[in-house]
Amino acid sequence: MLRVEARTRLGALDLDLTVEVAPGECLAVAGPSGAGKTSLLRVAAGLLRPEHGLVEAGGETWLDTRRGLDLPPERRRCGYLFQEYALFPHLSAWQNVAYPLRGSDRRQRAAALLDRFGMSALADSRPSTLSGGERQRVALARALAREPDVLLLDEPLSALDARTRAGAVRELGALLRDADVPAVLVTHDFAEAAALGDRVAIVDAGRLLQEGSPSDLAAAPQSAFVADFTGAVVLTGTAHGAPDGLTHVELDGGGAVTSTDRAAGPVAVSVYPWEIAIEPAGEAPHGSTQNRLAAEVLSVTVVGNRVRLGLAGPQPLAAEITRTSADALGLRPGVRVMASWKAAATRVVAV
Amino acid sequence: MRWFPALLVLALAVALAFLTLPIVAIFVNSSPADLVDSLGDQGARDALWLSLRTTAAALAIIVVVGTPAAYLLATRSFRGKALVVTLVELPLVLPPAVAGVALLAAVGPEGLLGGAVDAAGIQLTLATAGVVVALTFVASPFYVRQAMAAFASVDRTLLDASRTLGASEARGFVRVMIPTAMPGLVAGGALALGRALGEFGATLMFAGSFQGITQTVPLEIYNRLGTDFDGALALSAVLVAVSVAILLAVKLVPRAEVFGGAPR
Repeated sequence: MLRVEARTRLGALDLDLTVEVAPGECLAVAGPSGAGKTSLLRVAAGLLRPEHGLVEAGGETWLDTRRGLDLPPERRRCGYLFQEYALFPHLSAWQNVAYPLRGSDRRQRAAALLDRFGMSALADSRPSTLSGGERQRVALARALAREPDVLLLDEPLSALDARTRAGAVRELGALLRDADVPAVLVTHDFAEAAALGDRVAIVDAGRLLQEGSPSDLAAAPQSAFVADFTGAVVLTGTAHGAPDGLTHVELDGGGAVTSTDRAAGPVAVSVYPWEIAIEPAGEAPHGSTQNRLAAEVLSVTVVGNRVRLGLAGPQPLAAEITRTSADALGLRPGVRVMASWKAAATRVVAV
Repeated sequence: MRWFPALLVLALAVALAFLTLPIVAIFVNSSPADLVDSLGDQGARDALWLSLRTTAAALAIIVVVGTPAAYLLATRSFRGKALVVTLVELPLVLPPAVAGVALLAAVGPEGLLGGAVDAAGIQLTLATAGVVVALTFVASPFYVRQAMAAFASVDRTLLDASRTLGASEARGFVRVMIPTAMPGLVAGGALALGRALGEFGATLMFAGSFQGITQTVPLEIYNRLGTDFDGALALSAVLVAVSVAILLAVKLVPRAEVFGGAPR
């Protein structure tokens, strides 16, 4: 079990976070840059001392500011993967991995760790000659060499190019599943958090906004920030209850939508781009979609087999549809369309 | 050619001629035979040997004390740090003669700590140890400044990584910070070495000029100037050769992979 409590002022940031992670579990802490994610890891590792804080790991207390207890980083068994990996440039791959090891068999143990990450052939290479993905593997091998009680991963994928990233997600996922220690992974990308975290904690401005399984967060965001961060379209407006038990929202800038959620007053409405259907403008409403907004296509971006549409309506919208549909509708910038989605796919939260 | 580029080229040509002509002249005026002859002279040999010993001793003191001091200044922030840095750099702008007088006032027989130095059984004035003190005083800022910059440019997360890997800060200092800062440390050492080798004023004022005891190469060159100009030229040529070797070493070392200067 890992428990980290940190309450401290860091420049303009007022950090107040508490997280708890079970052995074998990976908590993904997601949020924009400057939210305090890395500071949380640094507190856990002992690289940053908070004004008030508590760190408990593997049945030991590493930090307790009330008792004046603060173990130095070298006495906390943390496997810390740094954002740019922080490999020692003057040491070869195996020497980097062997850095925390003692004893005459350190070279063999380092070689075994490198082998586990498929890096045996590059054991004698300097970090400057390795690719991003190779550096990450060396850094992971090094972080595990000390047999840590806790794994701390700071933006493990951000230094990789898009092609390497897919493979790295798979490898990292396998590693985290095999590890029987608590792991905290920090990322600014919700998709990454969802792919690697058993649980996701969304933080902003030093505070925890919402915590849960990735699908819970995406399906039931409790705030506009979480909705936006998880990739939803967010519209603002004023809500009032309708006689049929639904919630009616007058959108700022014109138009109205209906939701099955209950709310009143100023609200943020969120809907996922893949819930939004596109019809040619001027067609009569049909089917079960209650929410319809007229919009003009601003941009058409192909994402794999899908197309992401940027739409200018009363407020900006985004929709994702298949390429086939986009071709059939002849969508290109300037075309007027109708965006529609179901009231049941519409989340409303008070702001 | 347009007038402005022409002006730039002219300025460089004038500077180059002015800076290299005296050095070229040393070698033009002293034949290799003179050089060898001058080294046969006991006074010259004594001076060279003394210069090498005192410079090596001063450099050792500078590196041993200056490296951790520079590391502290580069990695910590504290109240009055700017003042401390300025004080450390002060000897850089001090005229050497003033440095000599200042050393006399501090640790000379009549100086502030003169009694303590004497009580410890150490003689500095008119002694080889005094030369080492003078060289250390004038040359150490060159090293400390460069070493500070070298440590400051090392990515701090390397030290963080070292600590999370179970190494104390002292171990990280030795095994990570020094090797990664090595090109800068070598450059600083070479600058200090060059400055110490050429030291004249402070040594003369503080330690005096006695053959075999305090008469280093620059003092011996000055000593010969009136009576034996060729000998002075030959000794100067030796000093120039050593200085050029140092300059070349500094220019080449940062690229050497041996020190882990990872190309970025």
